[in-house]
Amino acid sequence: MNTGQIISGAGHIGLIAWLLFGGWSAPDPLDFEVNSVTTVSLEEYAAILSGTPVPEQPAEVSPAAPQSPEEPQEAPDLTSPSDAAPDAPPPDPASEAAPDTVPQPPAPPARAEVSDEPPSFEPPAEDMAALVPDSALRPKQRPAERVAPEQVAPPEPDTKVDEVVREEAVPDEAAETPREEAEATAPEAAATEIVTEAEQPAPSRSVRPKSRPNRPAPTPEPERQTAEAAPKPEPEAAPDGPAETGGIEDALAAALGAASDTPAPAAPSAASDTPAGPPLTAGEKDSMRIAVQSCWNVGSLSSDALATTVTVAFEMTEDARPIDGTIRMISSSGGTAGSANQAYDAARRAIIRCGARGFALPIEKYASWRNVELVFNPENMRIK
Amino acid sequence: MMPRFLAPRFLALLALCAGALALPATAQNGPLRLEITEGVIEPLPFAVPSFVSGSGASGQAAQDISSLIAADLSGTGLFREIPASAHISRITSFSSPVQFADWKAVNAQALVTGSVDADASGRLTVQFRVWDVFSGQEMGSGQQFVGTAAGWRRIAHKIADQVYSRITGEGAYFDSRVVFVSETGPKDNRAKRLAIMDYDGANVTYLTDSSSLVLAPRFSPTGDRILYTSYETGFPRIYVLDVASVNRRSLPAQEGTMSFAPRFAPNGQTVVYSVEAGGNTDIYTMDISSGTSQRLTSAPSIETAPSYSPDGRQIVFESDRTGRNQLYVMSAGGGEARRISNGEGNYGTPVWSPRGDLIAFTKQSKSRFHIGVMRTDGSEERLLTASFLDEGPTWAPNGRVIMFTRETQGASGQAGLYSVDITGRNLRAVTTGAASDPSWSPLQ
Repeated sequence: MNTGQIISGAGHIGLIAWLLFGGWSAPDPLDFEVNSVTTVSLEEYAAILSGTPVPEQPAEVSPAAPQSPEEPQEAPDLTSPSDAAPDAPPPDPASEAAPDTVPQPPAPPARAEVSDEPPSFEPPAEDMAALVPDSALRPKQRPAERVAPEQVAPPEPDTKVDEVVREEAVPDEAAETPREEAEATAPEAAATEIVTEAEQPAPSRSVRPKSRPNRPAPTPEPERQTAEAAPKPEPEAAPDGPAETGGIEDALAAALGAASDTPAPAAPSAASDTPAGPPLTAGEKDSMRIAVQSCWNVGSLSSDALATTVTVAFEMTEDARPIDGTIRMISSSGGTAGSANQAYDAARRAIIRCGARGFALPIEKYASWRNVELVFNPENMRIK
Repeated sequence: MMPRFLAPRFLALLALCAGALALPATAQNGPLRLEITEGVIEPLPFAVPSFVSGSGASGQAAQDISSLIAADLSGTGLFREIPASAHISRITSFSSPVQFADWKAVNAQALVTGSVDADASGRLTVQFRVWDVFSGQEMGSGQQFVGTAAGWRRIAHKIADQVYSRITGEGAYFDSRVVFVSETGPKDNRAKRLAIMDYDGANVTYLTDSSSLVLAPRFSPTGDRILYTSYETGFPRIYVLDVASVNRRSLPAQEGTMSFAPRFAPNGQTVVYSVEAGGNTDIYTMDISSGTSQRLTSAPSIETAPSYSPDGRQIVFESDRTGRNQLYVMSAGGGEARRISNGEGNYGTPVWSPRGDLIAFTKQSKSRFHIGVMRTDGSEERLLTASFLDEGPTWAPNGRVIMFTRETQGASGQAGLYSVDITGRNLRAVTTGAASDPSWSPLQ
């Protein structure tokens, strides 16, 4: 162990010890000091400077409080004829005029700490802040001494040529010849005309990356292997055969395989060839959300069911119709089991009704919307 | 050329980058997740094809029962009947499978099928099923009611109760009754008597004659007794009437005082009411069995119209102790009361909801009367009606509908009973005759 390591170790130990025990001697937090600040207007400030009394500011009249509207209510379907003045005896004016005192009067407001007297100010000091002129005088530079106070040391002598003779470097023939750096140039034209991407026919669907091959069963059965599981390909022998690279290749294969290893096991076989494509846009999601909302009728739900949020999952066919048998409630919150069932029934009706003609979803993104989870949250639909 | 010792590190870095790139790809393949926060509030379309008539003279009963079930459901405002003329399928057998596609085609979301059989003695056997058309599943299980031919309305109400509960998930109120004050004669010389009817105004039966003025009938929690105020002795006194036998008796009262505004406690044995003595009105309770009373308020003001909370622990009442009538809540044993109404105008006749979450009241403001509801702490006040005179709310057994008295203006004006949903929708007239002071019974 050399000296540097000893010093470094001692330093690190000291740093850790300071981090662990240094807090004992941490200084107390600084007192939180509060300074009261009084704002004055420009007129008041000018008056203070000139010594004249401060003109009393007119009290600002608060605007009249808007008359509170009548209690909002939904206009009922009144069938009675229009009303006129009631025949009932007029109310007792004394009782009407009596003030409507509140049982528990509100607590008096806290006394304000602001006094009515204008604040007194000390005469402004000389160095008081003042308007800065537009062009400040440039400070004069202090004269520099043209002659150094001390004599400058003479420069070091020139470097001498080493007398030791070194062998000339010889290129290693065993090493690979360095490739000449070539400038990036366009490949030579292989056709008589240049065909751009825009002119090429776009492929109808991209090739889905192959999933990682399944692991072999612990007890392989030849006939079942051929029928159900694809045989695991023999690992290719590495040309160099470095043992340490095997784990890295496995990690690389696992990471690359994860991207294409997620299709649901219950997915139809036809869907496995359908590309995931780009994710649904916000507009496409909104179109489906609006479609379901238009069929989600909560008018016949109980108050408890209107306080229950249910999450309903289902699968859809390629023509964007829900598969009735796959509709299921996967979670609920905020209510009892009974209210959850009522809320689920309403949600299921909405899905089936509006999905009967198919939702407006792009077929090229089928893998993105084949499995759907809808969260029916009736919070905004409750009786307010 | 990459140095040999760097190759493993480069591959490991490449593996990490590939793993990071794999995450979005995985997210794309997950389920599409959307949150639905807005829906529609509209009546749910349903169909009640005429029940299949079996043996005996059950044809008319089958038609009447299915029609009344449809009327009950439509009357709530939560359902809309698909008329029979739009039906594609005909239910010819109660046990035959339902052609859901035909009912989907007419947009019926709920379907009620049933059958009616009558035996030799005229007793009806009614079976029914409720279907969710779009899922093709039965809601609940089939059920059967047996009753007399004369009681076909009650059978229909009970079936409607079941259908309502299975679809909405909450209790119904069709098999219930209402006691009220029936009024006859000119406005300045009204004759009033107690009457009882089905919730929909059918089967009106009178409980008292019109020889003396009667006021404010109130059902007991079990629906077998009625409290009311009568001027039979010249002073208002409280009576208890047995609905089955129509026998009545008066509650004990102190001479020279007036007792009125009675209402049962949830235990059915205690009555809370108002007593006026010496120009001051306060609230008392009385045990019906023993006749012992207890004074709950002692303020020099008018405290009246008490109503228990469903758990029997609190009482809401009106008082003019602040100069205007406002609503207050106090403990069932009396004590300090807290004011819960804070709006303009006068509040009165508070009634606690059977659910316990709301209090219905009458409000008079700016020469208009309203029926409204508020939370038990006075918050979220909502006015449901507005008229020349609306007063005296009473709750349906499920706490979703309120019935009240509405009186029209003028010398020829008369009072009638109306109902409204607690959302303020579905305002309906219940009776065609003059009536006031309704009190809704519990489910029978």
